[in-house]
Amino acid sequence: MNLKNKIKSNAIQLCATLVAMITVGVVVISCNPDDTQIVANFNTITMQDEFDIDGAPNSSLWTFEIGDGTAQGIPGWGNNELQYYTDRPENAVVEDGMLKIVARQEAFEGSGYTSARIISQNLFEQQYGRFEARIKLPWGQGLWPAFWLLGNDCAENPWPNCGEIDVMEYLGDEPTVIFGSVHGPGYNAGDSVSKKYELQNARFDDEFHIFGVEWSPNRINFYVDDELYQSITPETIADEAAESIDNSLLDNAGDWVFNRPFFIIMNVAVGGNLPGPPNADTVFPQTMYVDYVRVYSAD
Amino acid sequence: MKKFNLKYHIVFPLLGAICIVMVGCERGFSDDVDLATFPNTPDIFTDAPVGLTDEFFESFDPAVGANPNGFGTDDNEAFEGTTSIRIDVPTPTDPDGGFIGGIFRDRGEGRDLTGYDALTFYAKGSTTATIGTIGFGSDFERDRYAVSVNDIELSTDWRKYIIPIPDPSKLVQEKGMFLFSAGTESTNGAGYTFWIDEIRFENLGTLGQPRPKIMGGQDQMGQANVDTSVPIIGLTYTANGPNGSDITVNATPSYYDFETSNPFVASVDEFGLVTVDGPGEGGNNTATITATLGGVPAEGSLTIEAVNIEVISIFSDVFANVPVDNYNGFYEPFQTTLGGAVNENGNNIIDYTMLNFVAIEYYGRDNSGVQPVDITDLTHLHIEFRVNETVDASDFINISLHNNFTQPSEVSGVFSISGAELLSNEWVEFDIPLSSFAGLTARDAVGMMLFVTDGTIANLSIDNIYYYAEN
Repeated sequence: MNLKNKIKSNAIQLCATLVAMITVGVVVISCNPDDTQIVANFNTITMQDEFDIDGAPNSSLWTFEIGDGTAQGIPGWGNNELQYYTDRPENAVVEDGMLKIVARQEAFEGSGYTSARIISQNLFEQQYGRFEARIKLPWGQGLWPAFWLLGNDCAENPWPNCGEIDVMEYLGDEPTVIFGSVHGPGYNAGDSVSKKYELQNARFDDEFHIFGVEWSPNRINFYVDDELYQSITPETIADEAAESIDNSLLDNAGDWVFNRPFFIIMNVAVGGNLPGPPNADTVFPQTMYVDYVRVYSAD
Repeated sequence: MKKFNLKYHIVFPLLGAICIVMVGCERGFSDDVDLATFPNTPDIFTDAPVGLTDEFFESFDPAVGANPNGFGTDDNEAFEGTTSIRIDVPTPTDPDGGFIGGIFRDRGEGRDLTGYDALTFYAKGSTTATIGTIGFGSDFERDRYAVSVNDIELSTDWRKYIIPIPDPSKLVQEKGMFLFSAGTESTNGAGYTFWIDEIRFENLGTLGQPRPKIMGGQDQMGQANVDTSVPIIGLTYTANGPNGSDITVNATPSYYDFETSNPFVASVDEFGLVTVDGPGEGGNNTATITATLGGVPAEGSLTIEAVNIEVISIFSDVFANVPVDNYNGFYEPFQTTLGGAVNENGNNIIDYTMLNFVAIEYYGRDNSGVQPVDITDLTHLHIEFRVNETVDASDFINISLHNNFTQPSEVSGVFSISGAELLSNEWVEFDIPLSSFAGLTARDAVGMMLFVTDGTIANLSIDNIYYYAEN
């Protein structure tokens, strides 16, 4: 942290020096990143849900996905997850200025747990931009919350070809770690392009953090708060996909599929292949608190 | 209860008025005053002790079996640097003492640990043994803010251990830097060695989800006479560690802020000692003791009912118990029952499995010297049962009391409880008149109580067994 602060203050000094130089007319340069830089600026807000109106999530932005995945043809939602998603207020409610997605341990429709999963499909979809949410996460073995994006053509172009951008995933038994990933043809599930971000002196379950991606035509940057921890480009993905011999028969392996509108998903899964089931120490209910979701575009 | 609420409403405005006056009188410290602060040195042992007493290691009393010889440093083993602490755990039969343990103390007036959230260290064992206790806060003087973790599993490679500080704001001047106690319970009596290195207080920031408990996290009830005292027990603090695992420590009462719901019945001091002050007012003779730790409400409570009774207690956490021979007589060959007294989350109970019949004996079996009890002047038996399985109406528990047990003059009486009076997995209290034990014609030397279920109830817990009479 100290080192980073030092770099920051050095940058400020540099800027101050440059500004001083400009004022004396020696060098003409700006401190602002211009459009030739790889960091895109997304300043125009295109969607925001501050979760200020008590009740169910705003139905003009969100719909629920209900069940255990069987109706969608993917029992256990493709990962052997244990929860049954409902639209009951017990599992998803807006109150106290935030959205609460609550995972409960209860027998319901043949499942041992209930939770909720809301999606913005057909209600808010966007290509490129900054997608961010301020979230306090649940905790405990078996909890698997996520804030993620899915390509809006999965019906015609089945996953993973339609693309997935996981802005934030987290496992409740690693309360200091989140990870950001992209999935697509030849790089998905266990072979997704993914990176962990670990807090050094804090946890994700006892305070809010901002999770964001900045997605431009040839780059997806992943942020926790103001820290950039991963930058994915078509080259990154091509390299990753080329490493897998399983991809030799795929003609689209490593294709960059992040060039169409995506929609937002927020959910708390319980159990499943990645986290494993809850154990005796897992405390229920568990809640993911979402203070806001905001999306920006470039213009 | 309503009546009491009204009383509080009257009292609170008065308190408010007093507070205002007192605030008005309050004066700040003069700028000339230096408030005493103590060094906040984090390190306890790196390659050498840091700021500890010249003794470094102060052993527990050899008179209680502590072996003062197995402690030293080792220049051939270190997690970091050159040197670690080496502890040779003796065998139980070692003539110099059957276990090893003691404390490290700050050499000064104590340290300010308010800026840290954990004691951390690295340890490794010569074998995968389990260390009995590790902690801090014991200084052999007051042990006011002692914290300990039990059953620390060693690995044969270095591993980091974290002991959370329940409420660091209390530790403004702490002398007790480290404590350990180790025996060979986990190695069947075989001696072993373990090493400790890099002992220090740290501000990790990665401990979360604080969960303090009193009374083992349960809502417990008990009766107590006016002017007697009952300790709050089962004090633990659980935090979730950076690897997602819970870490539970034992904490002394001074970390907690206790509160009574009814000052007319009971008060509680900072050491968690509940004193029954009176019979209550307005017919309310109960007080519930709750606690917070660092502002977090503790799970569990103790509700005390103020009574005026004469008691002879066989098994209870509230009254002083008479000595007994056993809580399971193991009558062979016909008895199948297993179990006996256990600690269930800080609450001492008796727990039986495979029950057909079982005896609690207090007559002096095998010339133990235990005396039977004279309950001639007492009127009732209090007892609590929890059936740890499904209860059927046809189930039963026959309780028999035996006077002059094993003597030619033995007499006994039986009282029967049916399944309809019991609940599955819930405690049920019984106050049984001793006159209901038909056949118990004398009770000046009651020395055995027998519980017979004939297997109708195989899993049974029992608590709070005492004879009493209302005064």
